[in-house]
Amino acid sequence: MEKELKRTGVPDNRDVDSVYPGKERLASGAVAVLECFQRIPCNPCATCCPRKAIKAFHDINDLPIIDWEKCNGCAICVANCPGLAIFVIDENYSPTEALLKLPYEFVPLPRAGDEVKVLNRAGQEVGVGRVVRVQNPPSFDRTAVVHLAVLKELAREVRFFILGGAEGE
Amino acid sequence: MKTVDICVIGGGPAGLNAALAASSGGASVLLLDNADHLGGQLVKQTHMFFGSERQQAGTRGIDIAVSLTTAVQGTPSIEVWLETTALGLYDDGVLTVECLGEYRKVKAERFVVATGASEKMLAFKGNDLPGVYGAGAVQTLMNVFGIKPGQRVLMVGAGNIGLIVSYQLLQAGVSVAAIVEGAPRIGGYLVHAAKVRRAGVPILTSHTILEAYGQDSVEGAVICQLDQAWQPIKGTEQKIPVDVICLAVGLSPLSDLLWQADCRMLYIPELGGHVAWRDESLRTSQPYIFIAGDVAGIEEASSAMVEGLLAGYVATLDIGLAPSDVSERIRAAREQLVELRSGPEGEKTRLGLAAVQGEAR
Repeated sequence: MEKELKRTGVPDNRDVDSVYPGKERLASGAVAVLECFQRIPCNPCATCCPRKAIKAFHDINDLPIIDWEKCNGCAICVANCPGLAIFVIDENYSPTEALLKLPYEFVPLPRAGDEVKVLNRAGQEVGVGRVVRVQNPPSFDRTAVVHLAVLKELAREVRFFILGGAEGE
Repeated sequence: MKTVDICVIGGGPAGLNAALAASSGGASVLLLDNADHLGGQLVKQTHMFFGSERQQAGTRGIDIAVSLTTAVQGTPSIEVWLETTALGLYDDGVLTVECLGEYRKVKAERFVVATGASEKMLAFKGNDLPGVYGAGAVQTLMNVFGIKPGQRVLMVGAGNIGLIVSYQLLQAGVSVAAIVEGAPRIGGYLVHAAKVRRAGVPILTSHTILEAYGQDSVEGAVICQLDQAWQPIKGTEQKIPVDVICLAVGLSPLSDLLWQADCRMLYIPELGGHVAWRDESLRTSQPYIFIAGDVAGIEEASSAMVEGLLAGYVATLDIGLAPSDVSERIRAAREQLVELRSGPEGEKTRLGLAAVQGEAR
């Protein structure tokens, strides 16, 4: 974990590199990215994964280890991570767009078709996105998972959004 | 005088679990809390808890409060007195309390003190202006009563409470201008920090508040940067217009009752200040008094819950009313505490507990 992260709270490129799947895996479809950089006592990601793609923890303070070949990007871990630190990326979504599945705990929830402003890890607006689907079943326990289409080149940066498109709220 | 086997003082995460454990072998239990509801600070925790399944990881604190309260209310051998303040605890095993305007006495074989913690205050000019809140008060206003504390907040402190309350403020539709933190690094979990950062809230480490200003209430704050010796750097002052300043600068164990009961007290900074000496079963130097939760040392709610269980079970052993598998339950609780404290974020607690163990009873 980089010192900068402890100072600013924003993971930098090196932090992200350490948890990011390779180009080949990204090109083959939806996959979870676990942006968990600090050893804290927490393991729901491993216990909730139906495909056991996130390895069972030896020590509860372990950082999660994911087998990207087993992961199919179902996003169950996105809703179950207490730190809201897991995101699913599908670079195969369309020729120009990637699909992100982001955890979202605000009201009102967006609706499919909404255009939203998309933000990076530092909360800076970096473009617009389109809500494709909102998953909010009881099993997700009030952490909705919002499926957001963004330009492919933004897929690695965008981690949040605010309602209201380019025209404002 | 009310007579029970075990009396638990405080109905938060530690006390609720202590009461459940204490009653598990058939002992009669009295659980006291000064609020009008059980749950302590759990009722304000809307986020999913960390830990493992054994400490209900992934479940929100508000829901843990409901499940523990339901379990306590469904246990006939646990009696609950709400709006009850413990006043004094004496050598003969008698506790005096004030309950709804009435003075009462309680006699018990064993006591578990789970009184929690109080918030620290910070000295700065204007800190008595209306609009300067403790983080606990902001949570109470928002999450218990559904009232916004204001429109725009400056958060002071980037520990877990400062980060979590900032996130809750955003969820309530209140804007957070910034989080200032005196230390050069964020103290709380980085996942909590990342949540507020990506929502656009700056975290200014090595910064502090110098002054709150405003005519009749807070209209803004003056903040500045700190050097490596924590001294303000001249020329870095900036005004931030806000109507709320929220202080999340740490907690102190609420140990008045333990002082009064003449428990041996130690000053252990790693545990948050003055705490009672205790053995590995959470028994204080007064053999009939146990402690659990934040009063024993400031930690996460997951450890507080397990400490409550441990103290409750050991208390039942003392009086011969333990469940048949009590040694297994005690072993499991101890194991969980070791596990929860074993990571880098548990280092402070480990150091603090080692310092306690180095002291004679």
